[in-house]
Amino acid sequence: MTIEHRTTIEQRRPVEPTRGFTGRARAADRDPRLPPGQYDAADGWPVLSAEVTPELSPAEWTFRVDGLVTSPRTWTWDDAHELPASEYRGDIHCVTSWSKFGVRFGGASLDAFLAAAGPRPEATHVVAYSHTGYTTNLPLADVTGGKAWIVWEYGDGPLPPEHGGPARLIVPHLYFWKSVKWVAGLRLLDHDEPGFWEQNGYHHRGNPWREERYSGD
Amino acid sequence: MAGTFVPPTRFAVPGRIAVSNRAAAVWQRATVVDVRRENAAGTVSSFRLKVPDWQGHLPGQHLMLRLTAPDGYVAQRHYSIASAPDGSGEIELTLDHVPGGEVSGHLHTVARVGDVVEVRGPLSGFFAWPGDRPALLLGAGSGVVPLMSMLRHWRRAGRPVPLRLLVSARTPEDLIYAQEYGDETTVVLTRTEGRLSAAHVAPLLGPAQPEGGWEAYICGSNGFAEHASRLLVAGGQPVDRIRIERFG
Repeated sequence: MTIEHRTTIEQRRPVEPTRGFTGRARAADRDPRLPPGQYDAADGWPVLSAEVTPELSPAEWTFRVDGLVTSPRTWTWDDAHELPASEYRGDIHCVTSWSKFGVRFGGASLDAFLAAAGPRPEATHVVAYSHTGYTTNLPLADVTGGKAWIVWEYGDGPLPPEHGGPARLIVPHLYFWKSVKWVAGLRLLDHDEPGFWEQNGYHHRGNPWREERYSGD
Repeated sequence: MAGTFVPPTRFAVPGRIAVSNRAAAVWQRATVVDVRRENAAGTVSSFRLKVPDWQGHLPGQHLMLRLTAPDGYVAQRHYSIASAPDGSGEIELTLDHVPGGEVSGHLHTVARVGDVVEVRGPLSGFFAWPGDRPALLLGAGSGVVPLMSMLRHWRRAGRPVPLRLLVSARTPEDLIYAQEYGDETTVVLTRTEGRLSAAHVAPLLGPAQPEGGWEAYICGSNGFAEHASRLLVAGGQPVDRIRIERFG
């Protein structure tokens, strides 16, 4: 692919060292969990939301799967909690360059929701959207097969509102702008359709290990 | 774009401008041409950078800055641009010296005029204010940096629309850009006066607001952003006309 080819050349270009900069973390003892260009946020968890935190109660929250599915469905808070419990334990990575290790999110696998709705064979991509109207695009393959969750717990407690509570999507193998806060639904499509940040210069996929930050990376 | 899926509710705040994908993707050499202290406490400084291929920016945009060690190790951070777009080929960043900060620490203690760093940008058209409509700006601490770019732009343009700035700082010594504020600005010193309150925003909202209402821009810590956005919403500012930039 042209873009990846160009990125490879860019990465091979020798970079002039910054006078006097040694870096706290040496390349040799760099934590292998840390993707390139990221730093460890340790106990911090920055809030990266460009909008006012909505006042959305569990009773008001719903999650819908529609588009190219055989049975469009909407789950309430109680419906979603009847699905088999599933959790993610691992790392998360934000495009603004912090990563956070060993977090726990509890909720239900997105596979459980999709299985109930029945994706049609022609579905290749999804648009995930929030109750505030934020959107992001994802290949269907990036949110199936145990790679994505709808979560309402962080650590041992409820997911805080500013981090997307009562419930958000998490797709931890991609930069976290894909993990829609206050998630309201997924629409399955037969084509890729850029969401909010993707229309504002971000990369369409967002793989932290390839540093897919901005369009053209 | 035709056929674009529109969710049941519009995204609270649509993007203001499209960004240049090319500018966002390319690292450029930036030479430090001046370093200036910005607060009495000495914890905040501005770094003026000459960036020969800078494509220009809008007030409120940020960039990514990268430092490289001799062994190839890199550290990069996003920083708001403090200067107004002025065609000078130079831009300014204003940085807090974050305790233990790998990048801000280097810039504050090691970097000097003549050094070269790398930048890419400008990035994100979301928090940008092109100067086209009344702007209500609320900032705390170094959150005032992108708002200062807006204020400087507004002054250069001859104050074409109403603009008000509310700046929150702990003490006079912490206040950034203390010499630059005019009658458009209200400073709230939290250690002596308490935090920003409804009493500060109420006179600006309601019937007193300019025709067409304000476009509100909030920048600061997440705690400040949550507090300030709730004050505005409670005062009647529409949710979809509040843009927030939160500092971790």
